[in-house]
Amino acid sequence: MSLYWKYVKVHFMSQMSYKKSFILLTIGQFFVPFMIIISMYLLFQRFDHIMGWTLYEVALCYGVINLGYSICECFSRGFDTFSSLIRNGNFDRIMLRPRGTILQVFGSKFEFTRIGRFLQGLMVFIISLYKLKLDYTIWIILALTLMILCGIVVFTGIYIIGASLCFYTVEGIEIVNIFTDGGREMSKYPLGIYKKEVQKIFTLIIPFGMINYYPLMYVLGKSHKLVHVFYPLYGFIFLIPCLLAWYRGVKHYKSTGS
Amino acid sequence: MKQYYSFLRLSIVKGLQYKTAAIAGILTQFCFGFLFIMIFEAFYTHQPTQPISLNQIIQMVWLQQSFLVFIMLWHRDSELYNMITTGNICYELCRPTNLYHHWYARLLGQRLSGAFLRCLPILLAALLMPEPYKLHLPVSLTAMMLFIVTMILALIIIVGLSMLIYISIFYTLSPAGSFLLMAVFGEFFAGLTIPIPLMPLWLQRICNLLPFRYASDLPFRIYNGHIGTEEALISIIIQLFWIIIIIGGGKIWMGRSLKKVIVMGG
Repeated sequence: MSLYWKYVKVHFMSQMSYKKSFILLTIGQFFVPFMIIISMYLLFQRFDHIMGWTLYEVALCYGVINLGYSICECFSRGFDTFSSLIRNGNFDRIMLRPRGTILQVFGSKFEFTRIGRFLQGLMVFIISLYKLKLDYTIWIILALTLMILCGIVVFTGIYIIGASLCFYTVEGIEIVNIFTDGGREMSKYPLGIYKKEVQKIFTLIIPFGMINYYPLMYVLGKSHKLVHVFYPLYGFIFLIPCLLAWYRGVKHYKSTGS
Repeated sequence: MKQYYSFLRLSIVKGLQYKTAAIAGILTQFCFGFLFIMIFEAFYTHQPTQPISLNQIIQMVWLQQSFLVFIMLWHRDSELYNMITTGNICYELCRPTNLYHHWYARLLGQRLSGAFLRCLPILLAALLMPEPYKLHLPVSLTAMMLFIVTMILALIIIVGLSMLIYISIFYTLSPAGSFLLMAVFGEFFAGLTIPIPLMPLWLQRICNLLPFRYASDLPFRIYNGHIGTEEALISIIIQLFWIIIIIGGGKIWMGRSLKKVIVMGG
């Protein structure tokens, strides 16, 4: 773990050496999703609600998923850009070192500019909590914490699966984006508004519903089942097959030789 | 003219190589299209009377997804900006061609090849969808004709706009800022984040004053019949006006920045 923080520090220093571009990118990371929230606001001016969900309820949903996603993108970038590590043969170096592969790939890259997206998510999160005026019980706070935490876990899991596929294809594959970007886009609205089949896939197989929709229902008082608070923990179960896929991939790995 | 035509062909052939990327892209765009439609469908369930019907929105979503390569502003050619930042631009300047025309042809070719690979499969699949999600044929033959004309003009505008991004790199030396600005505000004012008819009136007015709308929103809304023949004909004139401004301005701007280019040795 201390090794990991060393990685973090080194990358932070190196990205900080290009201050201007760092700041620009951070601002950009803030504004891209910012336009999304603006358009959401505009849509809710036309329509009062979406299947019974009001603007701030949806905004909370969006804020939570963005917090998880931005943190994950900052720290799991190494898996996202993993194909380049394979193509230029740098993975061989990683295999040679006496540390776990997962840790090293995690440490291979960080995107601190994602703090822009993070701040934006945080802003939306706080504003919507303020407007919703929930009465905070311990369960609600626990649910919100778990939602963010397990959001990070699930997105990381998807990135790891995507990277594992690179062992076979060498090329990075865009398909994974359907689940990361698509998952993020989709979870900005509550899962309940979608078609039944889609709901099932994104609850059981890729558990966005588990980490986002069900606990949110509890938080907003739309459901009173306490068990929904703990649904996000399913995210950790989702991580198991991802890690298995990764280790299988590592075994299968053949260097490209470059 | 012939040389620019071969630049165009070169870049088309190059673009056609990336077949796996295209298949992945098609799948992604298809999923996203479906996602957007489901969201709008949910919005419309309880409040169906809006300035644009759900069916027309569905048409627009499919058109947007299939012509994405045509209309997106953030299309990047990393080779071009590397050329500027690394100084390899001097080779380009040695060529006996007009740099603006050369790059224009190249960018146009990339978009054409991209669309060639992605557009038809998505259109076909969308046409074969079951009912509420189906892409219909244009409302009338005139709409069809107007759609084709405006789409071609839109493509000319878009490539002109992206040329402006590349020219700006001469000054900023980093593509990130300009791309971002274009991607964020351009797409918003082009009606790609939410359809323009659903915006409040004051925003619609701003959109009408900017060129972005004429590059994507216009042809699509002609296709689904939301814009009538008369308005379409006026819009074509506005499109032509923007083409003159954007391409003319781009050429002048490029001429100026090229005078200032200092290639560092190394």
